[in-house]
Amino acid sequence: MSDISSKAASHPGSSKDKSMKPFSLTGVGGFLAKQGILVAFAVFIIGFTIANQRFLDPDNIMGVVRSSAILGVMALGVTFVVISGNLDLSVGSMMSFATIVVLDLHDKLGPALAIPSMYAMVLCLGAFIGFLVGYLKLNSLIVTLGMLSAIHGLTLTYSGGKNMDIADKEGTWFSVFGQSTLLGIPVPILLFALVASVLGIVLAKTPFGRKVYAVGGNGTAATFSGIRRARVVFTCYLLSAFCVGTAGLIQASRSLGSQNTVGQGLELEVLAAVILGGASLLGGSGTIFKTVIGVLILGFIQNGLLLVGLQFYVQYVVTWIIIILAVWLDIAAKRGKLWSPFA
Amino acid sequence: MTSATPALRLEGIVKTFPGVRALDGVSFSVLPGEVHALMGENGAGKSTLMKVLGGIYQPDEGKIIVSEQPVVMTSPLQAKSKGIVFIHQELSLAEELTVAENIYLGELPRKSFGRVDWPKLHEQTNRILETLKVGFDARTRVGDLSIANQQMVEIARALTVEAKAVIFDEPTASLTDAEKVVLFDVIDNLKAEGVGIIYISHRMEEIFRMTDRISVLRDGQYRGTLNTAETSEDEITQLMIGRKLDLSRNAVHHELGDVALEVRGLSCGKLFRDISFEVRKGEVVGFYGLVGAGRTEIAETLFGLREPSSGTILLNGEETVFHSPADAIAKGISLVPEDRKAQGLVLGMNCRDNMTLPQVDDLKAGPFVAEGAEIAIFDQYRDRLDIRTPGWKQLAGNLSGGNQQKIVIGKWLSMHPSVLIVDEPTRGIDVGSKSEIHNLIRDLASQGYAIIVISSEMPEVLHVSDRIVAMYSGEIIRTFTSEEVTEDNLIQAISGIRPEKAA
Repeated sequence: MSDISSKAASHPGSSKDKSMKPFSLTGVGGFLAKQGILVAFAVFIIGFTIANQRFLDPDNIMGVVRSSAILGVMALGVTFVVISGNLDLSVGSMMSFATIVVLDLHDKLGPALAIPSMYAMVLCLGAFIGFLVGYLKLNSLIVTLGMLSAIHGLTLTYSGGKNMDIADKEGTWFSVFGQSTLLGIPVPILLFALVASVLGIVLAKTPFGRKVYAVGGNGTAATFSGIRRARVVFTCYLLSAFCVGTAGLIQASRSLGSQNTVGQGLELEVLAAVILGGASLLGGSGTIFKTVIGVLILGFIQNGLLLVGLQFYVQYVVTWIIIILAVWLDIAAKRGKLWSPFA
Repeated sequence: MTSATPALRLEGIVKTFPGVRALDGVSFSVLPGEVHALMGENGAGKSTLMKVLGGIYQPDEGKIIVSEQPVVMTSPLQAKSKGIVFIHQELSLAEELTVAENIYLGELPRKSFGRVDWPKLHEQTNRILETLKVGFDARTRVGDLSIANQQMVEIARALTVEAKAVIFDEPTASLTDAEKVVLFDVIDNLKAEGVGIIYISHRMEEIFRMTDRISVLRDGQYRGTLNTAETSEDEITQLMIGRKLDLSRNAVHHELGDVALEVRGLSCGKLFRDISFEVRKGEVVGFYGLVGAGRTEIAETLFGLREPSSGTILLNGEETVFHSPADAIAKGISLVPEDRKAQGLVLGMNCRDNMTLPQVDDLKAGPFVAEGAEIAIFDQYRDRLDIRTPGWKQLAGNLSGGNQQKIVIGKWLSMHPSVLIVDEPTRGIDVGSKSEIHNLIRDLASQGYAIIVISSEMPEVLHVSDRIVAMYSGEIIRTFTSEEVTEDNLIQAISGIRPEKAA
């Protein structure tokens, strides 16, 4: 019955449709909803800083960024997938797979061959998902949720269920990706920045990037404009797989040994970072820059919780709360009120 | 009638948004048993006024008076309880539920323990359906109904309360002519029962057929009320746009060029059979027929969205097969699709990006999109088509229907197509922009474009076409030249009546 209100809310130009109703977002409320993420972030930062002086210490900041790099690189690829209007829940288990494979091949083929081999295998997985979602038009949630467990099974089969370790941890140059620094900056951060810059330009400046927005914004209109939708979606999953491979490389290089489950649960954190950055799960909006911001916010909040002295496990709950808050504020800003009890 | 108490009266309604005075002192009243048209170009304030009536917006000034009682509307549900009911252009029904469930959604009759009282529900529903004289019953699944019948369900839903005023917003937008007749009967019945009706439409024929009085809005201001019996299209149009419109039949004739597109014996399963026609450069061929006659499906086949089961297509004399829209576009076919918002535009994308979308791969500076070239294209077609937008950064979704359509047309003109197919060029577009788009189509033909126009509006087809192909149930019944065609023989043709074979 209240179809008028829902129509008004979903209308793209509804930013001016502010009605004076109970729970409407005007004044402070409106500001909070629109800048909600940044405001919440500022509150967290101030709170953490008061609770623990070390929070704003340059070493700590560098540490947070470095440990966010793995999650961050994965989030970059997932940003493409999400903007194209799909999901990728397979990135966590695919990252475990990449890590295990590159560690195993390191001793069998040597690092110079192990790295491209790992990328090739991960890209095959990405191509397979891209084929199912793009060309066969299967639902991406189902496909990638299935791949989440299928790839986990693949990893266990590959490793025979054992943890993987490099035999000679001292004598390999393979550790550069995870452990070295260049000009005082840890290499993982540099890799994250490099991939972010390249993909940021690809998304914002190239025809392919434009097509990703079009496909996610309105797939039918994209088809009617001659865009080969399947190809665009396929390429997004390839990019996602490439990013996962890079994350696996950093992970493997940092620890030089790994459990089968190193990436477990990361898919949700990645998605949280992308949504926190402001990409819409419906597709068609988001940027690489915003995703980077989302990654950093998530990283700093998790770090802050540790510094405040909360158990590591609490993070899981808090991450969930942050996701819910982010999604809620996003929707609230769009419909112009915090809740619509009658809809 | 003039002595009666108005069913609904608006007094000096003012509504401002930042920078815009959307409604500027609008007053008018609807009498019981009156059909009152509300007209105005897109952006004139009709939608805002309706949102004020429905309680979506609160007016800054002014009063809403229902049966001489001032009321404050807070939500559509509350408006309904006051007897103000809306029938929307876009349907909002749950397809998987039955007619009865949709009509009483949220207020299903209950038995003990919250169980639904099905017999009562179906009885109540059938009683309403009887008054509407529809050919389906309470248990029918809504998804199985035609659009027209779904609209009847919406109307039935409105009738569950004792309506004082019913507002129809473009009710015939997706109806066939036969279905319109049924709708008009229903409106007449409501009228006979003393319900006041606000009828929003752009279609003059309907306005003259259905309404008693006409109120016109322009730029948020009330421009006056006319008695339908004493006015003319010209007078209304002038009030709406402040100038005179030339809607006379196109009489300009210019030399036609070579055959751009020739179709021979094209068939696609049950959708259409044995379709043959040709379009010359500089010619507009109109396709007229009822909804479902197969016109859009032919366009989709020519655009590579469907595969024909037999037949040949010759483009500029060469036999061609289109495997995909991308392929058809590359070969020089462009389609302005019938559903602008769903098929024509990415509403969340800016105007420039929408316009250059089909050629984004070709507009490159190195590996990047050449934004300068894009802006140049946008500027060129903004000026040529007179697209009114603050700038290319404006999101397509924020433009009016007419300007959105021009963006889509600009998108395809900038591709310099051999054949331009325009499906329902002016659906949901206000009168002023409508004639602009008609003139544009004529203008493009005179520049040598080969154009196919598909339309469900007879005046439109008659106005823009050099030749008219009349279709019925997937077949071409007859092709008319503009000299041969009359409204009568065209209507006969689209009803499936073939011309007598002259002996």
